[in-house]
Amino acid sequence: MAEVSLNNVVKRYGAVDVVHGINLDIAHNEFVVLVGPSGCGKSTTLRMIAGLEEISDGEIAIGERVVNHLAPRQRNISMVFQNYALYPHMSVRENLGFSLKIAGRPQDEIARAAQDAARILGLEPYLDRTPGELSGGQRQRVAMGRAIVRRPDVFLFDEPLSNLDAKLRTQMRIEIKKLHAQVGTTIVYVTHDQVEAMTLADRIVIMKDGHIVQTGTPLEVFERPVNTFVATFIGSPPMNLIDGVVDAGAVRLSDGSALPLPTRTGPIRDGQRVTYGFRADNLMPEGHGPAETGPVATIELPITLAEPLGAESLILTEIAGVEVQGKMLTPRPTRPGEVLRFQLALDHCHLFDADTGVRLGQ
Amino acid sequence: MARLRRFIRDNAVPLALLSPAVLVILLVVLLPLIFSFYTSFSNYRLIRPDSLWDFVAFRNYARVLGDGEFWSALWRTVLFLTFALNLEMLLGLGLALLVNRITWGQRTMRTIMMFPMMFSPILVGFQFKYMFNDTIGVVNNALQSLGLAQEAIPFLVDRWLAFASILFAEIWMSTAIFAILILAGLFAMPRDPVEAAKVDGCNNWQVFRHITLPFLMPFIYIAMTIRSLDVARAYDIVDVMTGGGPAGRTELLWTLIARTAYDDARMGRANAMAYVSILLSIFFTWFFFRKLMAARKHLGAF
Repeated sequence: MAEVSLNNVVKRYGAVDVVHGINLDIAHNEFVVLVGPSGCGKSTTLRMIAGLEEISDGEIAIGERVVNHLAPRQRNISMVFQNYALYPHMSVRENLGFSLKIAGRPQDEIARAAQDAARILGLEPYLDRTPGELSGGQRQRVAMGRAIVRRPDVFLFDEPLSNLDAKLRTQMRIEIKKLHAQVGTTIVYVTHDQVEAMTLADRIVIMKDGHIVQTGTPLEVFERPVNTFVATFIGSPPMNLIDGVVDAGAVRLSDGSALPLPTRTGPIRDGQRVTYGFRADNLMPEGHGPAETGPVATIELPITLAEPLGAESLILTEIAGVEVQGKMLTPRPTRPGEVLRFQLALDHCHLFDADTGVRLGQ
Repeated sequence: MARLRRFIRDNAVPLALLSPAVLVILLVVLLPLIFSFYTSFSNYRLIRPDSLWDFVAFRNYARVLGDGEFWSALWRTVLFLTFALNLEMLLGLGLALLVNRITWGQRTMRTIMMFPMMFSPILVGFQFKYMFNDTIGVVNNALQSLGLAQEAIPFLVDRWLAFASILFAEIWMSTAIFAILILAGLFAMPRDPVEAAKVDGCNNWQVFRHITLPFLMPFIYIAMTIRSLDVARAYDIVDVMTGGGPAGRTELLWTLIARTAYDDARMGRANAMAYVSILLSIFFTWFFFRKLMAARKHLGAF
């Protein structure tokens, strides 16, 4: 049993704050992903939980214990590093059993634990090789095996998949998820890849410039981004954003055209400067999307470009001089310049304050 | 023959450009080598040049191998090597680990660390000769003033004290070589495995023992190889400090060989000794190289 809680955790390098007072409670067996652009403090936060970085201020607790001043080895955690960090002079078997050997466990227990980990991760044929003789994916697996052998309270993953190629990354993503289902331990996982965050997490923590911007389940952060940063960071392609001014129940754009207010907008005064947001999935040519049940706005737009992906095409077009992306299901060939009638699903549109980027309405 | 002619014609320019180097090596290295090897089978004495043609087959070797003085010099050299290399390694390792922890002024510290290497070994010899001198030496002076010794300690006269004094000078001068090479290793050392080991439950000593030290071993063996060749031909410090004496008690291989060759003028016999002792150097080089290869084998993934 181990919850992890971060209470006003600050990391300071000299006079510069890198992490500004983070609060986060992670439940037992929860899979939490810290995601954000590079330099947002996510890795630093993870390393503070691991004990590899000092905490400048605040408190970190694992289970009931405050671990601020405990060495990494006293925290009962395992960590998987971006560069695997295997011990190059030891065989796979020795790598897997190293932590138990250090803990002074009996030989047969170490051998059994290494064997079990190797079986779970499909490493049995490689037990006597050294890391130098393994491929990237196999090394990654050894790193994970080394982590599970300890039966830790918490697993920490620091961008574990970023050194693998795209295909292997997808495969390992699934294995990590299976592993979590199998061993069921609290996991804190750091990545800059929003797809990894969406697919793996029970809960996503989005960070920027040392602050937590939003915390929520993958669907929550996808459907209710708290600001334009989250809106563009989560989801692929990023959310389309167009600036405008509220004017008589609609949003007047720079070229004089108007878009109806999203259905979930609360009370709003005329003249407020806003950013209108919607995803490509909610701008679809008529007849090339699911039948819309909610209110829609119909707009005619000329196509700039189409990117066929097979099951769907991404359509590049322009609204009020801003490049936006729509999506065409069951695609047909299109010509550049061709004018299509698009349906914009107003239930799924968002309104943000144009100055602060903060979401308006629920 | 036709093929050789064609080879020469096709490679005329490279061959012409290489020939000075080949010629110099032949004249400067190979010829003296063959000549000295021949003299080790002759009764060549410097004062009687015609003795060069006095071929005695293996008599020099037989005498050398039956000579107690030679064996004790050889044994003393091996002992000297063992102490010098191990102590220098331990001190150099400690020094490198300490310097590696310094965050401010490390460059200055590294430069200062190399000062002993900048002195000529002869000067180092003189320096320690005067420091350890039993009448005017600063060490004896200090010990007696502090009341730690009642009378002068004969540092350069007593068999073991003289040995230790020479060892001290050698270590003082050359520990920096180990420190620099090991420090280079520490700079190249990746941080990740160390952090992984910390998370895996290692305390600082265990991290050093299981991660840092295996990574440093190749660097240590490189330093050992270089230094073993260096120490095995230790001559200047010994010659200056004790001259191999008193009564041959601190005689190392090369002081003995030099004495036989130049003082006794028995060039043939000295060369025979030199060829026997080269085997010692070859053995040490081979030994450390094998260790080095074994240690490097797994480090590709670091």
